[in-house]
Amino acid sequence: MDNANDANNAPEAEDQLKGVGCSRKRKEDARFIQGKGNYVDDIKMPGMLFADMVRSPYAHARIKSINKEKALALPGVHAVLTADDLKPLNLHWMPTLAGDVQAVLADEKVHFQYQEVAVVVADNRYIAADAIELVEVEYEELPVLVDAHKAMDEDAPVLREDLVGKMDGAHSKRVHDNHIFNWQAGDKDATDRVFEQAEVTVKQDMYYPRVHPSPLETCGCVASFDKVNEHLTVYITSQAPHVVRTVVSMLSGIPESKVRIVSPDIGGGFGNKVGVYPGYVVSIVASIVLGVPVKWVENRMEHLSTTAFARDYHMTGEIAADSEGHIKALRVNVLADHGAFDACADPSKFPAGLMHICTGSYDVPVAHLNVDGVYTNKAPGGVAYRCSFRVTEAVYVIERTMDVLAQKLGIDKAEIRRRNFIKAEQFPYETALGWEIDSGDYHTALDKVLEACDYEGLRREQQEKREKGELMGIGLVTFTEIVGAGPTRNCDILGVGMFDSAEIRVHPTGSVIARMGTITQGQGHQTTYAQIIASELGIPSDEISIEEGDTDTAPYGLGTYGSRSTPVGGAATAVAARKIRAKAQKIAAHLLEVSEQDLEWDVDRFKVKGVPGQEKTMKEIAWAAYNDRPEGMEPGLEAVDYYDPPNFTYPFGTYLCVVDIDKYTGVTKVRRFYALDDCGTRINPMIIEGQIHGGLNEGFAVAMGQELPFDEQGNILGNTLMDYFIPTFVETPTWETDYTVTPSPHHPIGAKGVAESPHVGSIPTFTSAIVDAFSHLGTTHLDMPHNAYRLWKHIRELDLDKRS
Amino acid sequence: MAKHHISFNLNGKPVEALVEPRELLVHTIRENIQLTGTHIGCETSHCGVCTVDLNGKSVKSCTLLAVQADGGDVLTVEGLASAEGLHAVQQAFVEEHGLQCGFCTPAMLVRAYRFLQDNPDPSEEEIRWGMSGNLCRCTGYQNIIKAVQSAAKKLQQA
Amino acid sequence: MITSQFQYHKASSVEDAIQKLTEIEDAKLLAGGHSLLPMMKLRFAEPPYLIDINDIPELQGIELDGDTIRIGAMTTENEIIASDILQQHCPLLVEAAKLVADPQVRNRGTIGGDIAHGDPGNDHPAVMLALDANLVIQGPDGKRNQPANGFFLGTYWNEIAEDEILVAIEVKALKDNQGFGYHKLKRKTGDYAVAGSPVVLSLDGDKCADIRIGLTNVAPMAIRATEAENILKGQVIDEALIEQAAAQVVSACEPAADLRGDEEYKSHMAAEMVRRAIQDALQRARN
Repeated sequence: MDNANDANNAPEAEDQLKGVGCSRKRKEDARFIQGKGNYVDDIKMPGMLFADMVRSPYAHARIKSINKEKALALPGVHAVLTADDLKPLNLHWMPTLAGDVQAVLADEKVHFQYQEVAVVVADNRYIAADAIELVEVEYEELPVLVDAHKAMDEDAPVLREDLVGKMDGAHSKRVHDNHIFNWQAGDKDATDRVFEQAEVTVKQDMYYPRVHPSPLETCGCVASFDKVNEHLTVYITSQAPHVVRTVVSMLSGIPESKVRIVSPDIGGGFGNKVGVYPGYVVSIVASIVLGVPVKWVENRMEHLSTTAFARDYHMTGEIAADSEGHIKALRVNVLADHGAFDACADPSKFPAGLMHICTGSYDVPVAHLNVDGVYTNKAPGGVAYRCSFRVTEAVYVIERTMDVLAQKLGIDKAEIRRRNFIKAEQFPYETALGWEIDSGDYHTALDKVLEACDYEGLRREQQEKREKGELMGIGLVTFTEIVGAGPTRNCDILGVGMFDSAEIRVHPTGSVIARMGTITQGQGHQTTYAQIIASELGIPSDEISIEEGDTDTAPYGLGTYGSRSTPVGGAATAVAARKIRAKAQKIAAHLLEVSEQDLEWDVDRFKVKGVPGQEKTMKEIAWAAYNDRPEGMEPGLEAVDYYDPPNFTYPFGTYLCVVDIDKYTGVTKVRRFYALDDCGTRINPMIIEGQIHGGLNEGFAVAMGQELPFDEQGNILGNTLMDYFIPTFVETPTWETDYTVTPSPHHPIGAKGVAESPHVGSIPTFTSAIVDAFSHLGTTHLDMPHNAYRLWKHIRELDLDKRS
Repeated sequence: MAKHHISFNLNGKPVEALVEPRELLVHTIRENIQLTGTHIGCETSHCGVCTVDLNGKSVKSCTLLAVQADGGDVLTVEGLASAEGLHAVQQAFVEEHGLQCGFCTPAMLVRAYRFLQDNPDPSEEEIRWGMSGNLCRCTGYQNIIKAVQSAAKKLQQA
Repeated sequence: MITSQFQYHKASSVEDAIQKLTEIEDAKLLAGGHSLLPMMKLRFAEPPYLIDINDIPELQGIELDGDTIRIGAMTTENEIIASDILQQHCPLLVEAAKLVADPQVRNRGTIGGDIAHGDPGNDHPAVMLALDANLVIQGPDGKRNQPANGFFLGTYWNEIAEDEILVAIEVKALKDNQGFGYHKLKRKTGDYAVAGSPVVLSLDGDKCADIRIGLTNVAPMAIRATEAENILKGQVIDEALIEQAAAQVVSACEPAADLRGDEEYKSHMAAEMVRRAIQDALQRARN
């Protein structure tokens, strides 16, 4: 912040504000450390019932009959609902965020294992659990489609009978009954021409496995319909409560003004809690039907099996280059497995999210991206797991392909990146696939990391180890993200543009309450938003209360995911604060009897230029706003801003990882992980570092162990925390963090998103390191997860585990 | 099924409950006694967010029957602070930014409390092993380790 | 994830528990509960009656009598880890217990439960084989001794009758010429072993007088790598012999493929754990 004028006491006053740049301790913590958090499952209402799901054991089957009688006869059971019960309300199917529809309860057919078939509502979760065992469902098994590559075969089983013959998809023509969309970006012909004539081309297939964000709190809700006032309140684990309100109103027909959605404390989201799930809908229906509050909370197996997965992209990256390694063209092909319903959480216009940021940090003259989405007998989803809409996939494909190019040309992977970086003076930079990267300084970041880690020393050590037959790998990634969706011209969800909002009220005594359209899930919004306001208004952040998540009180916003809170909500906060400061300036001028132009801002007050002592603090101005203001000015001191960002923000970073692989077990030891991030202006360095640690750990989890595998019958394997890899203290490496600061030129305070960079950036870094351990033997790529088993298989193929 | 009348000390105060044999201790604490600081995450004893202290030992309350706590001493996060204020582990988690979404935090604190009773001066390696029954998705553990180290120092000085 | 309904009885003595086992069909013993309760939550197991044996004094405690260590069946993993007697006289059990599950689970999980449950992924069965333990089993007609070798018959299948209880484990204190090794490969804390191997070895001068190699989770139950042992017995163990033994281990394994790996991987990992455990055992025996 540019507060450093010649004011004598300014630094001290600034310290007291605990504004932008300060590692302020978190306001949220007091309640969490004392067990006073308020999560959905903590909410208990008088007369509340509990809902539990009857789920399909089969991945693809016709429902021949459902017999509820035994379940209904169990004392304490209030209702058993099936698709037939929802049909008269037209709620047996619901729209998805991706323009498709999804069965709320299976309608005649089940499309994936664990799909919701019926809901039981009972006095408590124990009785509900007994009752679901008593619901008798007769199935007729159907052929199962698991392999996305076979989805569009002529003889593939048709999954979506509701779509048969409807060849106009939400995003494009469909070419097969199991086809969802084809989506392209860039110039295909020009790209193909470059490839035909290129000196060097590389091509690498890679599969990004189906994974799951799996926050420690599963999804759930408490729906409470007040029949007398026809008012619906839903407490819900949602990263986007306002959008949920709109969707609930549209689905239920209840006016939006009579629907209140509250996201209370959320036990982690990571993209999983963006969508609307059948459990939410049936709880709401049950509450409306029964007239009492209904709670639904999924268990871990349900969570991993049914609520939104991420990734599942089969990708091919191709680069055309000259013999010096300068990129001439990029071509990326994707086969996207979306499961049984297209419930991908992306801006409406982009069925593959922001995948077309896949040109990365590099000056790529021409590029083409082609994505086909297909249905399979797996759970729906396709959420951004700690990333901005498919950015992880985009960064993965470009960074992997860059390594392959470096390897083919025998150029070091740091050097080939340096040769292709967009140069500092090229920003803002228009990419070949249509994005304008706002700012960056890639060379500085790379050089800093190489020096900090003694890259050359590591390479020498690796050479020595290779001579001894040991496996050591060095991973390097220089990523650029696109976060902060987004400009409403590019981005909407169900037609609602992806702006965000802040409403700030300064009370007469100078304390503040502010509300935003976003919702924290651990990112520390209550702390950091206050810091923005503190710096803008000169009011100590400890006197600023931040509230989010209650649609009755907070202004409409699109929520928190895709690292959009700081770029969009944070911008709205700064702009709203500036509106207040502009009004305050008028009041100060009135109080000091000078013109506005004679005033200058100094940390927490307006001063008359050149007249020492002639000043009014923000607190004095606040009081005056309610008592003594210029003629004709309305009382009060508050402002709202709905911020439509002019562009995304483009955080970037350089990550380096060193691994040692035990060639007799395949076990990887991450010896070192060094993460340099540039997220522009840093609001709270302590929180940023914490976010980076967490993102790195989630990246480690994905790269080294997470996957949701299926057998040929479509049975999901590994849907408990026994198998699904969430690293503990023991497995987790030590993280080293570093930063540079390249502010965003268009963001009011120059900030970019950060919490997802470490996830997006670290995953290809781990792969880069693992592959690097074998690269001298010709290995160009290995698919994730890089668990010991898979690595040992590779070691065995290369015959490296023999003892002489 | 006949219900069992159980009584135990919860955070130093006697409590009673009438429970089915199958009722899990975590449900008794959360639903019956309505102390909701103890959470449920995986129900298979892997995540540790249900960790409480039973008779001076850390246990996972999702894999214990409430009847098994009959006559016992149970400590949850709600019992960590005293009249003098927050416990050192609570303070340290704030100071070192050892929490984010807060969902794993109560159990993490209860475990850290017990771990430091058993091992007042742990190395980083010992903290990693001693806390390995508690998962966290947000922090990457690094600041939790710092918090436990910092709490250990404070407790030793006290 | 809620269990079916059941009746609960807290047994006051071993006799009390045996009486209930005799009287009530399909009654199950509740030890640490960390295997049984998750199975019941998934309704893979629906016993109508649970007999809680956690508070029976005679099932507790670790005692040294001459060169025999008696461990009460309900001794928890953490009690094993904390035991000076075991640390001094049978540290293999301590090392094995440290790698079981996680700290909280080790506060509840018991050695007896681990042995009697019958999951091939449990760690103590192979340790029992390597230690040539004696299992003290009590039934309506009193106590009997059952060697661990021969006790494990298959998955969830062993020599305990429906009306019997494993009350204690007896192992011999390791002698100066004996050494042990324990290696276990797992994906993460809290997971079962991909493969694990406890080894107990006795030296006679430079020669291997005796060796017992246990294997965890590479067959329907814990097994011994007998042929590998035979290769090493009576020999001066060197790298080449260890390789021969390891090759035998690979062919002795019949693991079930799962997400931890296929048969090939698990068999080779068993061999690798054996290699490492033998090396450790040798080194310890020599010292």
